[in-house]
Amino acid sequence: MGADRLRELFATTRAENRTAFLPFMTAGLPNPDESLSVFASIEGADAFEVGIPYSDPLMDGPTIQAAGQAALKAGTSLSRGLSIASEVTQTTGKPVIIMTYANVVFQVTPARFAAMAADAGASAVIVADLPIDEAAPIQSAVEAAGLGMVLFVAPTTDERRISDIVAANPVFVYGVAELGVTGERTASGGHAANLSKRVRAASDVPLVMGVGISTPEQAAAMRPFADGVIVGSALVRPVLEASTIEAARRDVASISRKIAEALR
Amino acid sequence: MKLDRPDDRGRFGAYGGRFAPETLMPALDELERAFEKAWADDSFVTRYKELLNTYVGRPTPQHLAPRLSEHLGVTVLLKREDLAHTGAHKINNAIGQGMLVQVMGKRRLIAETGAGQHGVATATAAAYFGLECAIYMGQKDIERQRLNVYRMRLLGAEVIPVTSGAGTLKDATNEAMREWVRSVEYTHYTIGSVVGPHPFPWIVREFQKVIGEESIAQLGDLRPDVVVACVGGGSNAAGIFYPYLDTGADLVGVEAGGLGIETGKHGASIGAGTPGVLHGSRTYMLQDADGQVIEAHSVSAGLDYPGVGPEHSYFADQGMARYESVTDEEALDAVDLLAKTEGIIPAIESAHAIAWVARERTALAGKTVLINLSGRGDKDVEQIARIRGMA
Repeated sequence: MGADRLRELFATTRAENRTAFLPFMTAGLPNPDESLSVFASIEGADAFEVGIPYSDPLMDGPTIQAAGQAALKAGTSLSRGLSIASEVTQTTGKPVIIMTYANVVFQVTPARFAAMAADAGASAVIVADLPIDEAAPIQSAVEAAGLGMVLFVAPTTDERRISDIVAANPVFVYGVAELGVTGERTASGGHAANLSKRVRAASDVPLVMGVGISTPEQAAAMRPFADGVIVGSALVRPVLEASTIEAARRDVASISRKIAEALR
Repeated sequence: MKLDRPDDRGRFGAYGGRFAPETLMPALDELERAFEKAWADDSFVTRYKELLNTYVGRPTPQHLAPRLSEHLGVTVLLKREDLAHTGAHKINNAIGQGMLVQVMGKRRLIAETGAGQHGVATATAAAYFGLECAIYMGQKDIERQRLNVYRMRLLGAEVIPVTSGAGTLKDATNEAMREWVRSVEYTHYTIGSVVGPHPFPWIVREFQKVIGEESIAQLGDLRPDVVVACVGGGSNAAGIFYPYLDTGADLVGVEAGGLGIETGKHGASIGAGTPGVLHGSRTYMLQDADGQVIEAHSVSAGLDYPGVGPEHSYFADQGMARYESVTDEEALDAVDLLAKTEGIIPAIESAHAIAWVARERTALAGKTVLINLSGRGDKDVEQIARIRGMA
């Protein structure tokens, strides 16, 4: 249960010498009733990152901002978002990771949030605006509930911070592959390989790369050094743009299939 | 208890901190170290004070408002930040941060702006120091503060419209933060109020405390019983309150009451909000039960913000200052009152402080009240003409 499912996942992918695919999707998009069917259309996922929408997502670019606004407008509350996460893990049998922002957690209290996430069957929690310096109250609540905490490492993070971050024993490290917020990019800043070297020098904790990875080629480029790859905006955008739910599901299936194949 | 600076974790009591994406953390550390070093360096401080005197036009005047005092039955002193270069107190901070950027060796300034006063101040500092400049401004604010948009462009800054959310200060701040995450290696985020992740609330208060220090030095026989300032993020209030904490004067911050607190359409983060995390620090804010931020409302773009600086949250909890609110209508009436009694057109933001004194004149009778007149109202004339049907 909980964090162990993710530890097993990365042990397996390492044994199979492959990189896990962790697609991100906003819970409640395009609306709470049809959200599960969007998650279900994603192909080749090893685990799902389920985004609880937040009004002021500082770490997200225009695509995921728009998705969050649409989901909130369609009535996606915290409890509804977590019930969608619960349905995702039950119907797919894959682990889910809850992603949100600090204020959402603090408003219900870290203990209550962790209990709600555990009840939903989640395996881990990501808080986008929570650096290690502020993580303790949320991390201890999340771990007390049997879930794993995910902590970030960015291209700007120095060795001393990397050593503090891996010492806090996150269930995996979220490596920020590009400077900037989430979103699709045509060119890469080329930070990922160097970042992974620096994390690996400090620890063998699972390293999952995200931010700015949207094409099969960009995902494949992470294979030599990443335990997993997070792709968000490239999957969210077709749901925002599609005129029908069927079209959205078809586009999401096609893009996710290509990314999953690129990681095999 | 007055805190010289926040604790090691960037906190004023239970408020503040550093809730920022990991990408920004090293830049925040770097900024904290650079400011600590510069602020302890006599040559930096001397140069800063020299620029305030020669370029900004400090000390700004402080004087009795005779006809307003007679009208209200309250002795009113005005601290004239509206007479600082660019027309508001914001320049004190923009020049200070501009100097810091020189020390840190970055080449570009970005900033958020609501009323446009901080945007103009930052664009001015960028021109003065020869830096690139981009200002993020909500679409709604661009429409209601057009004069300042032209000023920023004339000063060579790029003004980037923000259409997310309600298109106001909160959204402009989000977008400036996102841009900083992208360009942090060569860009400094010149935050304009005592908000944001540590060390910003501390730095901005330090650069603004010249207002209160100067005001105390300018006092003659009249000593204020009450010091009043408007509060959006709270930089002009922090700047005048902080030195006055030692004097025993009552400190009153006036938040935007908007259409009335009971309508839910206001910007009274302390008066009607609860603690949460907004723009990188823990502070009073407007939010729903799920922690979603509620849009603020105010006729004044500079106070149209659902949060407040963490040190004000600390002052409020400790009873070191109190926070009241006045409505849009009361603030607009106060613009008129000051214009017609003293020949000064205040910014609608600053008019909130005047409006509170006007409303409370019976309770304040016989007292001496110091109002921080944080900015001039030229930028608001077009909006007021439209609202009052004078256009």
